Amino acid sequence: MRHFICTIILLLAGSLPAQAGLEVFACEPEWAALVGELAGEHAEVFSAVSAFQDVHHIQARPSLIARVRRADLVICTGADLESGWLPVLLKRAGNSSVLPGTAGYFLASDHVRLLAVPRQLDRAQGDVHPDGNPHIHLDPHNYIPIASALSERLVELDGQRRDIYTARLADFVQRWETAMADWGKRALPLKNTPVAVYHDAWLYLNNWLGLEQLATLETKPGIPPTSRHLSALLEQMKHSPARAIIRAPYQDKRAVTWLHEHTGIPVVQLPYTVGGTPQADTLFGLFDTTIELLLGVTN
Amino acid sequence: MSMPIVAALAFVNLILPFAVHATSSDELAEIREQMNQLREVYEAQLKALEERLEKAESLVERNRTQIEQRDPQPVVVQARSGGGLTNNAFNPAISVILQGSVNSYSKDPDDYALPGFQLGGEAGLAAEGFTLDETELTASASIDQWFYGQTTIALHDDEQDTEVEVEEAYADPLMLPVGFAGRFGRFYSDVGYLNRRHTHTWDFRDAPLAYRAFLGKQYRDDGVRVSWTAPTDIYVMLGGETYAGRQFPAGESESVIGDVQTAFLKLGGDIGSSHAWQAGVSTLIADVNDRDGGGHDHGSGNSESLFSGDSDLYMADFVYKWAPQGNPRSRNFIFQTEYFYREEDGDVQFTEGTSTALLNYDGDQQGWYAQAVYQFMPKWRIGARYDWLDADNHLNVVNLGDFSDPNEVIGESGFDDEGHDPQRYSLMLDWSPSEFSRIRAQYNRDESRAEGTDNQWTLQYIMSLGAHGAHEF
Repeated sequence: MRHFICTIILLLAGSLPAQAGLEVFACEPEWAALVGELAGEHAEVFSAVSAFQDVHHIQARPSLIARVRRADLVICTGADLESGWLPVLLKRAGNSSVLPGTAGYFLASDHVRLLAVPRQLDRAQGDVHPDGNPHIHLDPHNYIPIASALSERLVELDGQRRDIYTARLADFVQRWETAMADWGKRALPLKNTPVAVYHDAWLYLNNWLGLEQLATLETKPGIPPTSRHLSALLEQMKHSPARAIIRAPYQDKRAVTWLHEHTGIPVVQLPYTVGGTPQADTLFGLFDTTIELLLGVTN
Repeated sequence: MSMPIVAALAFVNLILPFAVHATSSDELAEIREQMNQLREVYEAQLKALEERLEKAESLVERNRTQIEQRDPQPVVVQARSGGGLTNNAFNPAISVILQGSVNSYSKDPDDYALPGFQLGGEAGLAAEGFTLDETELTASASIDQWFYGQTTIALHDDEQDTEVEVEEAYADPLMLPVGFAGRFGRFYSDVGYLNRRHTHTWDFRDAPLAYRAFLGKQYRDDGVRVSWTAPTDIYVMLGGETYAGRQFPAGESESVIGDVQTAFLKLGGDIGSSHAWQAGVSTLIADVNDRDGGGHDHGSGNSESLFSGDSDLYMADFVYKWAPQGNPRSRNFIFQTEYFYREEDGDVQFTEGTSTALLNYDGDQQGWYAQAVYQFMPKWRIGARYDWLDADNHLNVVNLGDFSDPNEVIGESGFDDEGHDPQRYSLMLDWSPSEFSRIRAQYNRDESRAEGTDNQWTLQYIMSLGAHGAHEF
């Protein structure tokens, strides 16, 4: 039996694929897209989560373990967002070069200021994140410090392409700043627009665009809506109506539809992340589409 | 900022009467005039300052509302006790699992048996009525750059006493070459699918019959594991363990490198974005020395059967999970099945009172279970399970000792298969208000015993406190 196992190990080890660029395991599509912007064809990027999956609740599938096993870089949001599954992947993959504390482990939330840090930690408050709201990718301003830090990390891991990474970072930052100025102008009419959301995943977007979040459909973070809470919302919407109900592609449709049917407030399904709608196929497309869709329902 | 001016005015008012005393009326008029001028100047300055103060205050207020608009819950720096003085910030992640149930059986749970299988470990039934099943305390943390450590201490009742049990206590080296993982200490074996998972993560309240029969509910022991994951798109993991062999299905440990060896191969992958699977084969080879039936075999009075010989177990497992577009939040489905085959060969020493008999035992045994669990809406799941076991045991009495009837010895030894194939049908419904709590109802139609059917009802709770445990596939 042991001879058999050794033989298999040797056979498999001999058939390893020769690698061209960095192999990157991104927890979320937005970071996969950012690596794409900064490394181009020099990185093979895999996103663990799609826009149709709830990043809080991912099953630690064998296919994901296999991906982490091969990765040179693991890039995730952090701030406890992936705490239900990423530790299992890291533990099972046996890849010591992407463990926390190594150059192969990069958390985007380490490089920006988190909002809504809870004053007290108690699970009775729902699925709260001790470090603050982790949905940092919906404020475009956050991408500049994250991109700079990520680019440095790429250089650290793959020094021979230093010039390429540096040039791509400069190019990205320039295009991003131009785009942000444009989004800022286009989104001016959205300021102070009252909205209702399913989950508190839009804090950074609200903050950036000046949207006023009146209510969440979830009773508490991560706790699905109850009928009592929905009737209370219905009452609230009668007195101070929202202009739109915002929903991410992965979030439950039923409660949102119910509120829409009872209030007539339009539902807007925003891409939430790259790949959430066909137009949101890049980071630029993500924010273009988001603003366009919001202007569409609030005008 | 206006304080010094106010003070100065007060001072002027205070000294005025004394000044008046010492002067003529002309001077008095002059001084009055100057005083008035002074007062006007001061009042003008005071007014200007008050206006500036007001402006500043409104600016602060505006800034604050702006900050609050940006940040609905202001950032609060968490108070960490001690700073450089204590080590509390390095405390391990701690979690506690509370489990309890209320159980009803139509047959006496103390008589529980699986004919043809010696019951070891924790293979018995939970107590009837209200019972605290098991309270688990887990602590885990990185030890240093090179090791990660974790321990689970379990508390459970045995008759009147509370037993403390070191369920797991292990360290994982982190410096192994890429792809390799290791573990040493006491830990659940990675054979099969369910074995390495703690009971609170299981989808049914109790172990499959095959786990009871072949592994004493779950096999864990003191030993070492090495595994290797292949750098392939499809998940391929190979590993092996060596254990002391003090736990069922082994008996007493007699060799330094261990009496139990295991090996396992696991494969897994996705089919599209909605389907995921994992399959595995594993084996557990035990050199058994004096294995007795364990502490839960209360039925046979003061008799004891000790088995010594070889016990070779082979297992195959398959798990399939479905979640629409890979999002299990609202609806998901899990199918899980495992097959066990075991060959045992050796001697059984049967003792009752002062009499001892020796038997030759040769057993071919197999069993399987299949289960399906469907989450039909958030928080709610239903599940069904079927279990089946078969033992084909050959027993010869080699030495009858003081006993008179060989058939009686065979019947009492605990290895007699009685020509009965145990089986069980189970249904469960569970409700999970959050990730951290679950309440489950389960019914078993249990045909483990040859004497008839046991209707088993359970209402169970599982509560998890503290650190967020990550969920395995």
